[in-house]
This record gives sequence, structure tokens and C-alpha cells, in this order.
Amino acid sequence: MNKTESLKKKLLGTPYFIWSVIFILVPLGMVFYYGLTDRSGVFTLANVLAISTPEHSKALWIALFLSVIATVICLLLAYPLAMILSRQKNGRQSFIVLIFILPMWMNFLLRTLAWQTLLEKTGVINSILEFLHLPALNIINTPYAIILGMVYNFLPFMVLPIYNALSKIDINVINAARDLGANGLQVFLKITLPLSIPGIISGITMVFIPALTTFVISKLLGGSKILLIGNVIEEEFTQASNWHLGSGLSIVLMLFIIINMLLTAAFDKDGEGSFL
Amino acid sequence: MKRNILQKIYIALIFIFLYAPIVTLIVLSFNGSRTRAKWGGFTLKWYSALFQNRDILQALFNTLLIALIASIVSTIIGTIACIAIMNLKKKSRAIVMGITNIPMINAEIVTGISLMLLFISLGLRFGLGTILLSHITFCIPYVILSVMPRMQQINPYTYEAALDLGAGPVYGFFKVVFPDILPGVLSGFLMAFTMSLDDFIITHFTKGAGVDTLSTKIYTEVKKGIKPEMYALSTIIFLTVLTLLFLVNRVPSENQEKKGA
Repeated sequence: MNKTESLKKKLLGTPYFIWSVIFILVPLGMVFYYGLTDRSGVFTLANVLAISTPEHSKALWIALFLSVIATVICLLLAYPLAMILSRQKNGRQSFIVLIFILPMWMNFLLRTLAWQTLLEKTGVINSILEFLHLPALNIINTPYAIILGMVYNFLPFMVLPIYNALSKIDINVINAARDLGANGLQVFLKITLPLSIPGIISGITMVFIPALTTFVISKLLGGSKILLIGNVIEEEFTQASNWHLGSGLSIVLMLFIIINMLLTAAFDKDGEGSFL
Repeated sequence: MKRNILQKIYIALIFIFLYAPIVTLIVLSFNGSRTRAKWGGFTLKWYSALFQNRDILQALFNTLLIALIASIVSTIIGTIACIAIMNLKKKSRAIVMGITNIPMINAEIVTGISLMLLFISLGLRFGLGTILLSHITFCIPYVILSVMPRMQQINPYTYEAALDLGAGPVYGFFKVVFPDILPGVLSGFLMAFTMSLDDFIITHFTKGAGVDTLSTKIYTEVKKGIKPEMYALSTIIFLTVLTLLFLVNRVPSENQEKKGA
């Protein structure tokens, strides 16, 4: 390929390059600008350090705590599931995977709201429990309901990357291990698990970050008493109109995202565990 | 054998977990009582009421319009960008891909507020236009990430051969390259459409007063109680997609390839 041809092709990217500068980089820069200045435009760290006030740090810790628990539960639920799915026959496989994506076509807010109906004191689940003479479940408007909402909404994001990683494993590698005398547990620990780590890592990222930063799930299922860091930031922008403080807290949030990204990059050098 | 049954039970339990809220919503759409706490007998009145409700229909129209335009525009920009990215040197390619990944990795709330700050400082009027710009922005990465792998797999010499045989660059692209990357383009388009349709958080920060998509409409209704017409509408959407999926799955075609996408 000659040089002008290659240059012409590079020029084709101009619309996207300009687009990504205007709509990705500049906006992020603005978050940093607002977060690091006060209303008169003077540099300050006050908005970022505001995270240490009791109210804000509590919101951050609760968000971290709940999202870590939700991520662990998602991983524990998704791994066996992905293993079962990856062993299905090819024709059925894609169909079953679609079944896990299908719920996303029902509006995310409505799906989460439906849990209110299911979890309420006189809701569907409690009616069933009552019928079976079991004790009632009172978790609506508690942190448990928020965890449930997180697991419910983000479980497919854990299943799909692990499933993708597992289905790439060459069956012959597993057969070879078995021929060489490894038992089921050894095959799992020495072959299946290590080869699926890229999927696990990308699943963790895809669950942890939305869970950490959500404000919708806590609002819908937490009864607006439990404030997560996402709720605090959202209120600064939509109600309090303190963009500087909201941006400062967002910078703190981005630190966690960057830490997560660095960890991901360390574990998954080839980007094998991509979602797609 | 026993193991097999255990596996089936496990899948069934997860399945119930994922679909219980959806079944609930479908049941609520036939509920005669206005509150969701009580069952007031079977009715179809919300379905007929839905078609009288201008607000909801307008929100549906906005949602579909934004999803359609955003996915088409992002598919075009993204696919063209892939051609350029392929021709970049390794280092600049890594930088571009890094920037592309930002909207996918970053928290949606941060993407939302960052775009809101941008639109305010540009003095844009918040409305359909700002929502559209935001949706295109977060849709392009999905397109690029599903077209790129296809682009990398194709043999560059077929395109060069086409040029040598006298095809123009555009003709050569559509005759030789495009058919090979088409599955990636299609799945990127579908991803973009789905993501745009289901988005709430970014729309929440970039919409103007009085302009609503289905998501933002539902969010404002939460406090007052969701109108049952909304359940009826989402039931219709869900069943339409379900039917389409069954039809697509009945035809054993190339669809196997886009598993997971």
C-alpha cells in the first residue's frame, strides 16, 4: 500500500477523532476544571477533599461496601452458570445466551421497580412465604434490597464475559489433563479457572463500576434513606446545583475507576476478556 | 445424571430470578386496579388507554427516534473510524483505542455530568439534540469494538487486488471489505440501538425540561406512582422483541456468530 493511500485512510478517521476530543476528552477536562476550582474560578482542592466530611465519606463507604458484596455475589452466581452454559451444544448455546440478554429490552427502571412489588410487606414473595408458613421477608428499603437490585441488574454483565472466556478454552487441553490423570477438581483449579481469569476480571469491572456509582437502584429500592455516593453527586447536579462540589466528588469516584482499570490491565494484558 | 438435574435446577432458579420482575410487569399490565399492590381482576383497559396517552406515546417516539438516529450515525462514524484506526501506527492506535474505551469504562454518571457541563458551557439548548449528541458519543465505542475484530481478520490483499483490477477505493470497499465486516457492523448497530434504548443515566443529565424519553418519563413518575399504561407499553415492547428473537432463531443462519454480542 502506498503512502498517500494510507494517509487518505487515516484522514477518514478525522470525524471520529474530532468527535472523541469534543465529546469525550473536553467534557472530562471540564469535570476536572470544575472539580478543582471554586465558584470564582480559583484553584482549590476543597471540592475533592469534601469527600472526607462524615456525610460524604459515609456515602462512599456504603457504596463501596454494597458494590463489593454485589460483585462477589454476582461472581459466585455467574461462574457455575457460565460453566453450564459453555458446555451446551452449539445450537442451543446462542439461544440460551440470548435469554440472558433479553431482559435488557424491558426498561431498566421498570424492572427494578418491579422488585418493589415483589418485595413489599404484602408483596408477591411474602404472599408465597405466608402460604408456605415461612417467616416473612422484610428487606425492601434496606441495604439488602439495594444489593439484590445490583445483582439483578448487573448479573448478565458478569455471566457474558466469563462465558466468552470459558467457551474459548480448547476442549483438548482439558482432555489432555484428564488423560494425564487429573481429577475434576484439579482440572478446574489448574486449567479452567486460570484460563477464565480474563473473563472474571472483565466481569468484575463491568459489575463493580456501575454498582459503585449507581444512584437509581438505591433510590428505587433503598427508600431514599440510604444515600450512596452516586446519589450525593446526582443531587449536587440536579438539586443543589453545586457543580464544583459534584465534580470534585466525581474526581474521587474516577480514582476508583482508574485503580480498577490498572488492576484490569495488569491481569488482562491481551484484552481477551472483552465483553463483546 | 444427577449432576445434570442439579444443573437444570440451577439454570431454572437463575431464570426465575431474572424473569420474575418481567412477569410481574406483564401481570401488572392486565391488572384492573390502578395501584400495583392490589389485584383488581383482568383488564385490557390500559392497552386502550395507552394509545390515548399522548405523553407516553411522545416519549416512546422520542426514545425510538433517538435510538435509531444515534445507532445509525454511530455505526457510520464508528465503521469509518475503524478503517482509519487500522492504518494508524501501533502507538497512536493504542491512544485512540484508549480514548474509545473511556465511555465504556467510565461511570455513566460521570459521563452524564461531563457532557452536561460541556453543553452548558457551549450554551446549547437542552433537548433532543443534546440527548442525541450524548447517545452517539456512548454508542460509537460499541460499534468500534464490534467492527474492529472483523477488520483485523480480513485479508488486506483482497482489497488491494480489487484496486489493482481497476476498482475505485469506495467501490472496492463496498465490494470487498464491507461484506466481510458486515456481521460486526450489524452487531455493533444492534448493541448501539439497545444501549440507547435502555439508557437512563446519561439521558437524565443531558435532557431538557419538557423533553422525555421513556426512561426519564418513568423516573419522574416513580414518586407519583407509575401509570399502568407504562406497563402495557413495556409488555408490548418486550413481547415484540421476544417474537423477533424466536423468528430469527428459527432461521438457522449466521446468527450463531454473534453470540454474546
